Amino acid sequence: MRRASAGQNLPVVGALARRSIVQTFRRPQFLAPILLFPTLLLAINTGGAGRAVDLPAFPEVGGFLDFQLAASTLQATMLAAVSGGVALALDFELGFNDRLLAAPIPRWVMIVGRLAGTAIMGVVAAVWFLAIGLIFGAEIVGGPAGALVVIALSALAAAAFGGLGAALAVRSGQASVVQGTFPLAFVILFLSSAFFPQELMQEPAATAAAYNPLSFIVEGLREPVLYGVSGEAILHGLGGVAIVGIVGVTLTALAMRARLRAA
Amino acid sequence: MTGAAGHLDAVGALMRRALNELLRVPGAAIPGVLAPSLFMLGLTGVFGELTELQGFDTDSFLSFILPVSLVQGATFAGAATGVNLARDIEIGWFDRLLAAPVPRPALLAGIVLSASLRSLLPITGVLVLGLALGANWPGIDGLLVAVGLGFAFASVAASWTVGLALRFKTQAAAPLMQASMFVAVLFTTSYAPQEVLTGWLATVARYNPVTRVVEGVRQGFVGEVTWSETWPALAVLVVLLALMVAFALRGLRHAGD
Repeated sequence: MRRASAGQNLPVVGALARRSIVQTFRRPQFLAPILLFPTLLLAINTGGAGRAVDLPAFPEVGGFLDFQLAASTLQATMLAAVSGGVALALDFELGFNDRLLAAPIPRWVMIVGRLAGTAIMGVVAAVWFLAIGLIFGAEIVGGPAGALVVIALSALAAAAFGGLGAALAVRSGQASVVQGTFPLAFVILFLSSAFFPQELMQEPAATAAAYNPLSFIVEGLREPVLYGVSGEAILHGLGGVAIVGIVGVTLTALAMRARLRAA
Repeated sequence: MTGAAGHLDAVGALMRRALNELLRVPGAAIPGVLAPSLFMLGLTGVFGELTELQGFDTDSFLSFILPVSLVQGATFAGAATGVNLARDIEIGWFDRLLAAPVPRPALLAGIVLSASLRSLLPITGVLVLGLALGANWPGIDGLLVAVGLGFAFASVAASWTVGLALRFKTQAAAPLMQASMFVAVLFTTSYAPQEVLTGWLATVARYNPVTRVVEGVRQGFVGEVTWSETWPALAVLVVLLALMVAFALRGLRHAGD
């Protein structure tokens, strides 16, 4: 049998991505964590800690809402990845993926289809939070180009985090195991400079934030909103995405190999 | 067995069932303890410097936020009860309970009281962790007030989520249960004192009755325990409990229709 080229597999990737998006919007238990919880946390952080901008060491910003938008976007991409991982694990539990494994398509199509869906949720999250920011008075200093940078980086970040969720889903094949990482997303985020400037964080969180790739990603998302499009910040963002993505892809490949070997 | 003793037996049996779940699947209790603990540690690391703002009556953000996590732990226990009930409805187990010769208020009492008992686990976990990390010791009176109010608030949360479970009859309602409790607890003076809050949150927190509960739990950790801080929390809990129990009982009356 002749092996299909990558281009010939694109329709399958598209179909799986569409299925992933439809699943997310049909089930409130998938969609709510992605948009609802980060939105609520944004509201609480802004109203509860909004006067933090009065602290002497706080950087010059348009407002605390402007500062928090990147954190909420990043949080939503991480939760989209968890939801994507849960859905992928459910596909293993229900046998859908067994049928895909028996189909004449490469294994990677199954994962990339899901990640494409997660990346689209990253776009949805970025647009959602940029819109909320604009409605409630934030200013996107980078203008439309800055907004596009945020949307693109958010999509890439979602796909990269999705790789970690996929690795866990493939390895465990159990939705409850992937769902259990939900609090972990918060921990990793708290240990980055997503919610507060690193120089104002307390130890040991401040040191952890200095080396956390999420701090780089959030910098890439935040810079276009606060100060305008900057090549350096974009590179930092892409660097953070690359670190997470490489780890995710490697772990997913290893997990898939182990699963196929066990089968 | 009939009469009050029989009803008490039913309440006891339901409470034992809930506690058995905890003993047989201890892993299921971990998120309830872990989530408020992580929230407490994370917020302290991130927002710890907020106490430099004028208006804070303590320089320990950990002491300020610990009571919020304690109340959160109680609400998680309450919300989990609603989700578990929705599962029991989905698999048909609850229909068998409804067919049993037990008054529905007794069924509700068993479910709600088991939530309060289960809330002692996250409450204890958060307290031990917070105090070990250097939060202010609230004194015996402060500790008793905090645990008592948290215990009672778990009943409020459980009654609310049981009402929701009976209305929607599906675990898909879980985000609504969790989000509503999340909002109730955090749209208060959770992050900062009233005078430090800004914008709409300042207004919402002023009129959100749960603010009184959070302040009541917090008092011993940031100062002295006083009756003037305690009675509003008790009054709010009595009113909320009456309302939520009425909501849950209404759902129970229509259950099985």
